[in-house]
Amino acid sequence: MPSIEQLFRVLTLEDYNTRVVVIGVMALGAASGVIGTFLLLRKRALTADALSHATLPGIVAAFMVIVAFGGSGKSIIALLIGAFVSGCIGVLLILAIRHTTRLKDDAAIGIVLSVLFGLGLCLLRIATEMPGGSVAGLKGFVFGKAASMVAGDAWIMCIVATGVVALVTLFRKEFTLLCFDEKFSTSQGWPILKLDIALMGMVAIVTVIALQSVGLVLAVAMLIIPAASSRYWSTKIANMIFIAALIGALSGWLGATVSALVPRMPTGPIIVLISGCSFVVSFMFGTKNGFIVNQLERSLLNRRIAMQHFLRAMWEITESNADNSFHFKTIVAHRSWKPPFVRRLVKRAICFRYCSSIAKDVWIMTEKGSAEATRIARNHRLWEIYLINYADIAPSHVDRDADAIEHVIGQVMVDKLEALIKEENLKSPHPIGVNQ
Amino acid sequence: MNEMPIEPGHYASSPVSIHDLTVAYNRKPVLWDVDLDIPEGKLIAIVGPNGAGKSTLIKAVLDIVPRASGDILLYGKPFKKQRDLVAYVPQRESVDWDFPIDAIGVVLMGCYRKIGWCRPIRQSDKIKAMNALDRVGMAEYAHRQINQLSGGQQQRVFLARALAQDSSIYFMDEPFASVDAATERAIVSVLSELRSSGRTVVVVHHDLQTVSEYFDNVIMLNMRVVAHGPVDKVFTNENLKKTYGGRLTLLSEAADRLAKSKVEG
Repeated sequence: MPSIEQLFRVLTLEDYNTRVVVIGVMALGAASGVIGTFLLLRKRALTADALSHATLPGIVAAFMVIVAFGGSGKSIIALLIGAFVSGCIGVLLILAIRHTTRLKDDAAIGIVLSVLFGLGLCLLRIATEMPGGSVAGLKGFVFGKAASMVAGDAWIMCIVATGVVALVTLFRKEFTLLCFDEKFSTSQGWPILKLDIALMGMVAIVTVIALQSVGLVLAVAMLIIPAASSRYWSTKIANMIFIAALIGALSGWLGATVSALVPRMPTGPIIVLISGCSFVVSFMFGTKNGFIVNQLERSLLNRRIAMQHFLRAMWEITESNADNSFHFKTIVAHRSWKPPFVRRLVKRAICFRYCSSIAKDVWIMTEKGSAEATRIARNHRLWEIYLINYADIAPSHVDRDADAIEHVIGQVMVDKLEALIKEENLKSPHPIGVNQ
Repeated sequence: MNEMPIEPGHYASSPVSIHDLTVAYNRKPVLWDVDLDIPEGKLIAIVGPNGAGKSTLIKAVLDIVPRASGDILLYGKPFKKQRDLVAYVPQRESVDWDFPIDAIGVVLMGCYRKIGWCRPIRQSDKIKAMNALDRVGMAEYAHRQINQLSGGQQQRVFLARALAQDSSIYFMDEPFASVDAATERAIVSVLSELRSSGRTVVVVHHDLQTVSEYFDNVIMLNMRVVAHGPVDKVFTNENLKKTYGGRLTLLSEAADRLAKSKVEG
């Protein structure tokens, strides 16, 4: 268990190594969140996975070439360039398979991902046998070795992050066009193919710099998870980009901190686990379509509807009574509700002062209750008439839950409908006194 | 200009002039040797059976699909030089309506071209977009997310996007497909407005019953142009049979018989 001292050291970034790692993964998290938003909107998440797996043969090939020419094979830049090139080849292969065979995306991605990754593993084995180079560093690209990040790496990540944020801000309109309506955008003269290449190119660069910290197996998580989480907090793309960057950066910071405190915990997987948790939190508690928010709204709606039904039932039952009283059994029978449910409704109605108790299991409807019941009945009646008379345009406008129908369709329309009801009332056996 | 030309050529003042157009997908021809001159200031319907190449014709004009041969001129110039004159309303299915954007966001996309690369959206664009939404009766839904709109409302948003471009030539792909009656009325009214202001509107239409009611001219297509010209001259039973090749549905035949019996009975 880490001591308070250790915790303090890590949180204040006193430790040089921790500082480097935290800054590096935060930059990576932000960059991944930003470009990941558009990756998801373009529906290319799995292509990014294939891209990251396709980097392996490139890394090992670059290593082998350098060692063959006498180097030690530790030049990060060369290895990353190899990664970038073979990653791009992977994406091109996916496109080629899609365009020349009848296979769809899922098969194309599966084929490229597994074949190129397998090729990379074979090359890795061969490289181990080669004299002169140290292969140990290469395995770090597969699962990440953030702990051995140096200042230079963190600098690269910051520069890439700045570049990605700048480009996405500049071209936000254009990328939105690309993701939303390709055909329309093409007809408008936008170079869709070039924009697509630019987008995937940025994904490739972010993937490549993620290799060292999170590793190629998990790199896709950085791109997808923060962006997917942001969807539960906002429906405006500009805000989604910002929130995804924030979640990515925070996951990076938290992951690096935890991994620094707990011995022998690999940084990359911890970051991914934390961002996974942030997804669960977003899904459950997010303000836009979050699960809990949805359930709350639904149960509130159900309660309102139940109360409206209760008021209506109360009104109808007491119509024939001189004193506006009603018995528990009558209410239960009136709408085939379960007795415990009715008891809860009555309790709530008493809170609202719609009725009050006069004896055991007997209640009396109050003036307030009567007025509210009438108002709701009038509302519903007006919507019925509206639907009947304006059937072709009504469905999209009807909002039975609206407190006041006037607010939805306007007073003029309501007056017209009430005139229609007056005519109907003369014939109907159940006038509801709607002219209050 | 409105009559069927015997030898279609390139009229410099014709909004759309199509010459020897052939389009093929996967080794199969979809459009074969299409020759057309679209008259100015009219509402023109393109009709034909499924797979006849109706959408493909529009997409070929807009350079969205590649041509095997032939050329297309808009007011005498190639499409690439005349993009500002053209507005396109694609099929509703061509888009994922779960996208995080509101109605006015979609309409503003029609203005992006005029705004240009990397520049921000201006207040004047937002006003233009609101006006376009108002013309299709969707002004109060401007900030509604598109996944909360009904099919007809989505179609109207698409239409508003085209209107915001203020073009001379409009291409619409099945705008009346699966829409409610109010939306259909709104679209028809917008089309009439466009025609009165001298614009040319070309519409891929699926409902044969309403062709003579809504449109001035018709292009009857089945991989090649069977007939084209004013509706009252060209939209005949004989041409319909040639276009649909005896594939008119039972319903249309029954309607045919009913109409005949009314006339005789």
